[in-house]
Amino acid sequence: MSTTQAINNRSKTAGLEQESSQATSTSSVYDTKQLNLWYGDNHALKNIDLDIKQNEVTAIIGPSGCGKSTYLKTLNRMVELVPNVKTSGQIMYRGRNIFDKDYSVEELRTRVGMVFQKPNPFPKSIYDNIAYGPRIHGIKNKKILDEIVEKSLRGAAIWDEVKDRLNENAYSISGGQQQRICIARALAIEPDVILMDEPTSALDPISTLKIEELVQELKKDYSIIIVTHNMQQAARISDKTAFFLNGEVIEYDNTDTIFSNPSDKRTEDYISGRFG
Amino acid sequence: MGQSVQEMIAQSKGKKSKKFVEKMIPVLLFLIATVSVLTTIGIMLTLIVETVTFFTRVSFIEFIFGTTWLPFSNLDAQFGILPLIVGTLKITLIAIVVAVPIGISAAIYLSEYATDNVRRVIKPVLEVLAGIPTIVYGFFALTFVTPLLQSIFPEIKIFNAISPGIVVGIMIIPMIASLSEDAMSSVPKSIRDGALAMGSTKFEVAMKITVPAAISGIIASVVLAISRAIGETMIVSLAAGSTPKFDGDFTGSIQTMTAYIVQVSKGDAGYGTTIYYSIYAVGFTLFVFTLVMNILANYVSKRFREEY
Repeated sequence: MSTTQAINNRSKTAGLEQESSQATSTSSVYDTKQLNLWYGDNHALKNIDLDIKQNEVTAIIGPSGCGKSTYLKTLNRMVELVPNVKTSGQIMYRGRNIFDKDYSVEELRTRVGMVFQKPNPFPKSIYDNIAYGPRIHGIKNKKILDEIVEKSLRGAAIWDEVKDRLNENAYSISGGQQQRICIARALAIEPDVILMDEPTSALDPISTLKIEELVQELKKDYSIIIVTHNMQQAARISDKTAFFLNGEVIEYDNTDTIFSNPSDKRTEDYISGRFG
Repeated sequence: MGQSVQEMIAQSKGKKSKKFVEKMIPVLLFLIATVSVLTTIGIMLTLIVETVTFFTRVSFIEFIFGTTWLPFSNLDAQFGILPLIVGTLKITLIAIVVAVPIGISAAIYLSEYATDNVRRVIKPVLEVLAGIPTIVYGFFALTFVTPLLQSIFPEIKIFNAISPGIVVGIMIIPMIASLSEDAMSSVPKSIRDGALAMGSTKFEVAMKITVPAAISGIIASVVLAISRAIGETMIVSLAAGSTPKFDGDFTGSIQTMTAYIVQVSKGDAGYGTTIYYSIYAVGFTLFVFTLVMNILANYVSKRFREEY
């Protein structure tokens, strides 16, 4: 594919994205229906039904081992990297079942970005980290890459800190900065959804605050699904919250409702700190 | 038990023999460790002394730049080492052409694609390949590879550079594959996951993330393998012939530095003759080559180490 073609395709998809977001501002991004997942004999997710809306921050909370990270990794099928994983049910992403035989994982993951628990930049320069996504998807023009890199770094609120050291190794900066580089790396291909798997659990309080502010900023353009151990964080930044326990969704509602007036006793026990 | 345990411990601590053993053990271990160091120094000294003696008879310039190696001529013995070096380089070149692509591809397969079960079978097989005695490889070159090549290219002689070059290459494949695989496997999974989550294919992850991240280890493995190819003796002695030649022909008999040393050592060059000293000079040259390669491997693996 030539450079111009690639860019045309890219702007076409970006355009489509905008249209659809205008037309269906409350439409769902992910609609999970009766999802079950097993690691070998271990039934890790049980009959999950979740409808995740566009341009919202959806938090997934629950004690360790409740399946919240597993669910998140199922949304971009990263969970399939674990040997002996079996699933049943459906996850409709923008109206298409991601488990369909002809749905390519690469295509899914190009539309759905991910930020991991521990910052995992590539052992390359900051610039090459951000340019990685666009490059593998066919964008080679240096000027356009420069623009994408700047825009993504600005989007992740780290441009001012690294603009003079774009050619330094991404491991030369602090952990909090690395995590924002990873967010910028995900933004560089302008995904539709960003999955975040406890993105602040390895960071200090100030870096955590910066990332939380960033999430608020990003939800204008992206739908964000965030797994967190930290209930205050969920309360601060999310619009909807799902409470997972032992592989089941116990309660899923507006964050305000979950934290002020939960309908299930177990949710109340968990958020008030009685277990977990 | 009439005594408390603490009293018994105090008694046994007081024993002279135990104290003596404790003091002597480090001394003994030091002496044993010194033996290997002293041996190395001894070998180096012999090599240097005999090489110096050689250069009192043959000029250093003639040795380094001379293009004729004719040590056995009674009238006009010539000691220009370049033909031997060219012979060694021909073998090394072919070995690299064979081993680098295969070795690195195998490493990529093992680290990126192979399931644990496949890896559990292939890695030991590679290690067996590394354990085959080189004399067997030599026979394999002479009695199998050479006839095979001759059946395809009739102009190839019975002794040639191609066949032993290929077999030396086969011999160093496990080294490249195994060391490169180690380097690639040590790239953290979290980094690969990051690339996969961007929509990369497995092959893109391998070529754009894993290989660049492990490049220092991969280059070091190649350099070490080259050093091994340069020093390889048995295969070339059996299958490459004994004709020192300063040209670019791969199809006929050649001679490498190592093969020359074997030829003289097993012959009856008398002690004190120039030929006798020449094997030390050639040996020293060989030593310089492999030393440079090892230093290079060390430098590369430090200099290009990626942080992660």
